[in-house]
Amino acid sequence: MASFKSTKIPIYPKLGEKVTPDTLYWKNYKAPVQIKEFGAVTSIDFSSLAPHNYAVTASTRIHIYGPFSTEPVKTFTRFKDTAYSGKFRSDGQLLVAGCEDSMVRLFDVSGKVALRVFKGHTKGVHVTDFTSDCYHILTGSDDYTCRLWDIPNSTELTSYKEHTDYIRCGITSKLNRDIFITGSYDHTLRVFDARVEKSVMTMDHSQPVESVLLYPSEGLLVSAGGRYVKVWDLLKGGQPLVSLKNHHKTVTCLSLSSNGQRLLSASLDRHVKIYNTTNYKVVHNFDYAASILSLALAPDDESIVVGMTNGVLSIKHRKSPEEKREMAGKQRMQPVYRIFVKGRNYVPKKDDFLVSKPVKSHLAKYDKQLKKFNISKALDTALESWRRNRKPEITVAVMKELDRRGTLKNALAGRDEQNLSQLLNFLIGNVVDPRFTPVLVTATEMILDIYQAVVGQSSVVDRQLVRLQELVEREVDYQQDLLEVLGMLDTLFAASLPRKEVPCPGSSRPNGLAEGSLGAPGPQLKAA
Amino acid sequence: MVEHAEIRMVHRGGSKINFREPVITNDSRFLLCAAGESVNVYSTSTEEYVHDLQGHTGLVTGVVLNPSNHLQVYSCSADGTVRLWDFTDAILIKTFIIGYPIYSIYVSEKHGGVVFLVVPMANYKSSELFQLVAVHLPHSGDQEVEARELSAVLCDVSPHAGAASFGREGEYIAAVRGLQLEVFFFKKQKSYRFSLKSGKKKGAKNAFTCISCHPKEDCIATGHEDGKIRMWRNFNQKKEYTYSTLHWHHGAVNTLCFTPEGTNLLSGGIESVLVHWHYTQENQKDFLPRLGAAITHIAVSPDGSLFSTSHSDNKITIIQSCVKVSAVIQGLVKGDGVWTNLIIDPRSKALVLNGKPGHLQFYSLHRDKQLYNLDIVQQEYIHEEGLDQFEVVKAAFDARGDWLATVEERRKKGAELEINLKLWAYDELTQSFVLNTTVTAPHEDQITAMFFSPSPETTMLVTTSLDGHFKAWLLADHSDANEGFWACDFVGGYHLLKPGCCSFSADGSLLSVGFQEVVTVWSPASWELLTTLSQPPGAIRDLCFGRLSCSKYLLGASTKNQLCCWNLLTCSLEWSTPMDVSLLQTDPLSENMAAFCSQSGSSDLFVFKPSEPRPLYSQKALCTGKVQHAVFAPRDQMLESCEERTQWLNRSQLYFFTQHMDLLTFSTKTEEDRLLASSKQLMVDDSVAVTPFYLLLGKHRGQQLEKQEALTNPMAERTQLPQGSIAIKELLHTPAHVLPSASFLCAMFVRSLLISSSSAREEKEHEEGEMEREEEDSEGEADPRLGESAAWGPPEEFGAPALTKAQERELRKVKTFDHSWLSSLLDC
Repeated sequence: MASFKSTKIPIYPKLGEKVTPDTLYWKNYKAPVQIKEFGAVTSIDFSSLAPHNYAVTASTRIHIYGPFSTEPVKTFTRFKDTAYSGKFRSDGQLLVAGCEDSMVRLFDVSGKVALRVFKGHTKGVHVTDFTSDCYHILTGSDDYTCRLWDIPNSTELTSYKEHTDYIRCGITSKLNRDIFITGSYDHTLRVFDARVEKSVMTMDHSQPVESVLLYPSEGLLVSAGGRYVKVWDLLKGGQPLVSLKNHHKTVTCLSLSSNGQRLLSASLDRHVKIYNTTNYKVVHNFDYAASILSLALAPDDESIVVGMTNGVLSIKHRKSPEEKREMAGKQRMQPVYRIFVKGRNYVPKKDDFLVSKPVKSHLAKYDKQLKKFNISKALDTALESWRRNRKPEITVAVMKELDRRGTLKNALAGRDEQNLSQLLNFLIGNVVDPRFTPVLVTATEMILDIYQAVVGQSSVVDRQLVRLQELVEREVDYQQDLLEVLGMLDTLFAASLPRKEVPCPGSSRPNGLAEGSLGAPGPQLKAA
Repeated sequence: MVEHAEIRMVHRGGSKINFREPVITNDSRFLLCAAGESVNVYSTSTEEYVHDLQGHTGLVTGVVLNPSNHLQVYSCSADGTVRLWDFTDAILIKTFIIGYPIYSIYVSEKHGGVVFLVVPMANYKSSELFQLVAVHLPHSGDQEVEARELSAVLCDVSPHAGAASFGREGEYIAAVRGLQLEVFFFKKQKSYRFSLKSGKKKGAKNAFTCISCHPKEDCIATGHEDGKIRMWRNFNQKKEYTYSTLHWHHGAVNTLCFTPEGTNLLSGGIESVLVHWHYTQENQKDFLPRLGAAITHIAVSPDGSLFSTSHSDNKITIIQSCVKVSAVIQGLVKGDGVWTNLIIDPRSKALVLNGKPGHLQFYSLHRDKQLYNLDIVQQEYIHEEGLDQFEVVKAAFDARGDWLATVEERRKKGAELEINLKLWAYDELTQSFVLNTTVTAPHEDQITAMFFSPSPETTMLVTTSLDGHFKAWLLADHSDANEGFWACDFVGGYHLLKPGCCSFSADGSLLSVGFQEVVTVWSPASWELLTTLSQPPGAIRDLCFGRLSCSKYLLGASTKNQLCCWNLLTCSLEWSTPMDVSLLQTDPLSENMAAFCSQSGSSDLFVFKPSEPRPLYSQKALCTGKVQHAVFAPRDQMLESCEERTQWLNRSQLYFFTQHMDLLTFSTKTEEDRLLASSKQLMVDDSVAVTPFYLLLGKHRGQQLEKQEALTNPMAERTQLPQGSIAIKELLHTPAHVLPSASFLCAMFVRSLLISSSSAREEKEHEEGEMEREEEDSEGEADPRLGESAAWGPPEEFGAPALTKAQERELRKVKTFDHSWLSSLLDC
């Protein structure tokens, strides 16, 4: 006696991204918290000190936010013009920022007034950074120069004037206090050594450089400019390693994930792309509402902070494990654990004789009805609203099964207005879905046959029928258009395909095929 | 049929076991059923085939137990004989020659020495009318007796089994045919006829299909085509008969059966549900659903404990106490058709073809037994007429048997064709095929051919379809997923012609696809069209590459009576011959090819090598009708036949299906000799049901006993016995407290026994002792010497409650004495 075989629900290939460990990791963030700033957010920098506050530079202010605060814990407002590039020192005590008024200000994080003001640049300063020994400051400016300043006596140490356009990005080495790299709108990246008068290395990005990033090992340098992200091997003398072109607008910011395995790039095209640093393939993608100017990741990827041109700061926090469990718990009421495991964790002793109990197979509701040949009830169960909306493939599979049994007509017949309008709603939603069309077209025809006598008695049903008619007519038009396009494409392909002669070895004996037909165009080839 | 002395065409298995209702013996140990020209005996507990009763020369049409001797059975056959058998030993006791083809047999306890047979009416040559006759079986000592005194009982009866039945204690017999029920009372020698209206109403089909009489009361149950069961009572008069109606079945009632006590009525039909009606409370019924296929016959064992149902898929199900299916005897399923052709599974060497609807069956040719069914469609089968069901239409194995590809098809009237291509991977763990990939709608039209590439490097599948394309499918390796799936690799076509067949060369380097009149040859490595061959007129029906030394030849059979052979090196026609080839098969192990040709209503067979002009073997008029399916099955052992005519059968055997779905094969003399030898070797004690356990242990036990019998000749026994008895007497008469320790005595006792036996026996005994030492301690080693005591030992051990080690040892000592004493007493 065989058991009942349940209705087969076909598995359709899921459209969209595949689920990989990366997508799981990067999707594990809460809904973003949005904070409105006064202007475009140009720079975000995390403090390396424990609570990991971050400085957000927007317009003429620098706000410092705590990791979970939506209100700034501290504000620096002593700027005469737009502030740029607010950066923490590695000990988290000092903050440096450039300004459009060509002055560089150094703040104590706990204070309000600037500790030092470095004057010397002639135009706006977009780049500021501390060197790794914490005593010097690197600045880059729109006057094409980059300078090193001494903090204790606020004097200019050196000035390099090698770039021929605005300097908009720069980074200091974390391992060597003398080395720093700048990128400029003259399409070049230059590596400077403070002990030498001139730049030690020059790389051509061939687009205005917007952002540079050093790998933690400092063997590789990443630069972003135009639509390109390029990776350079510093140990090989600045040899280009990879060039990535995954954005369709200028890439504005780069960042590395905490373990250094993933590279993030933000762009004006409102996307943040995440690359695998071993093969430089895009593994994930975030969408934002506006063009992105700045991006930063908290240590351990606890949060992703993105600043946009419309002045919105978007903060995404990672879901904590407890919350995740809570979410799962909400979905289903689980039986008490004790009852659930009752007798299941019994470990048989050595001499116990095991009697295996047949595992009772669980049948879905509609299968139970099908097993009893309750066809109308089975269809009703399959048409339950959540199943109908969430998993139309189940409803369609049950319809197909009923059709196979030759009882679909009986199951569809005898429905009242409400039931019928439900059914028609489902058809309107799904009949043009190519996965379901073959089954639903038969069902639709049957419904029209059955209920043609009652057309005109209910306004609801009539309206739906009219909608269905419009839908089908529109779909027929689409299909016709598509076929026309396909025909055109076929012509183009046929014209572009080279003519191929079928080899015909010279044979004295008859081969059966006339010579003339051999010269015909080659076989029709179509790659799958 | 036999034309050549050395090559004979034989039926090989696959006979119908559901043709007539089976018989369960009185002790419920065996089940007998008619199977082709013999009667098969099966064990009811193990579902194993025990032996068969061979002797009839025509189809066996009925089997009944001899009412006067429950160890004997009557069988009747279309060859016009009734034979009486002793079924436990498969001995033919008597043959009664009737002289007419017999269609069914009925017996009753009340009518001893009389059998009731259904034979065609003598004066009507049309063989449309049948009569029920009583035959007195003459008592005589001869093996063959003529019994030609027939006395007609009922005229115009149905030849179907189950259309007649004996009533309460054999007082009357009732038969149905068409719309008529006829009851004949033996006492009054009078018959009554009751007829139903034909039922002009739409859907009302009143015709009778089967009948069963209550064994204790005057009640007749009849089944009808519309699914009703009528219970007739008070029918010993013409006028005032009554009937009540039971209705559950929605199709025709195929069979009815009362249990021996008459408390229950069993019915079955196409729904494949065994319905169990309670005789007195008729609205109460139990069901046993999903028995697999339509029920054709029901039989109940004489004690009522076992039911057996025969099914339309050549299966007998044994049901215990109405609730549990205890055994299934499955023969070769012959469905409506064999669409998949015959295929040999490279792993199990089983024959694979369509089985139950939506299944593939794996049938062992050597053991004549179905190995298993593989559910391809995986859908609940609805047992109802007029439904379009999915059918498996194509199947193919790859060269190693790791992959199985199947195509299932469902054609609805006026709707699109539904096709699924499924690929199954062989799972070593479960020893069966597991679904890997399902491709819905792989082609837009019917798939005409499907083959795996035989090359060992790539697993590639090629399908050709009527939509004008052929597709190549490859196993896509996926590094992140642990198992790959199949995906389409290439789609090819040729001038929008419809491909009808395809074939791979033996090494998989060439693929030939027949597009109507044109044969195209492709290279599967680059998918380049290498060449085209054609020999119009006539579309190509079958394509085959030569093998081994003939691998340069490509053979094609066309519809216009042509068999062509092309040489692939010169790309030219090598030879062609006018032949209407219906089927072309290559032997995978040799160069040979077999071509079945249909000529004037019968089939001829030619076996040839593509390189030689003369056929190796030919047989005219093989069978009537076209041969549609054939396969070369590789042999386990190669035959060493040097005769030229039979050499082609050395490596593999050719099986084929005739139009009437008979599985036939060719057999040679050497092979038959070998079969005979092996059957002698396998002869087992028939009285014991053959279980795997018995085959393992029983034989060993039997040999052991035989050896002992052979060795302990009467002389030795006689010398041994007095000694044993004296020792035991001594032992029994001496008070226990003065006896030396038991272990000491044991050794002595053993030694006393050893004297009599010969040295050869000692060795044997020693070996056996070692084998059994696993169970027994070293002190118990003396035991196995005596066969009986060894056999008695274990039950006592099991029965004993848990004892300490010391107690156990003591017990064992006592036991050794006990048994030796007992056995010697018994021997005295």
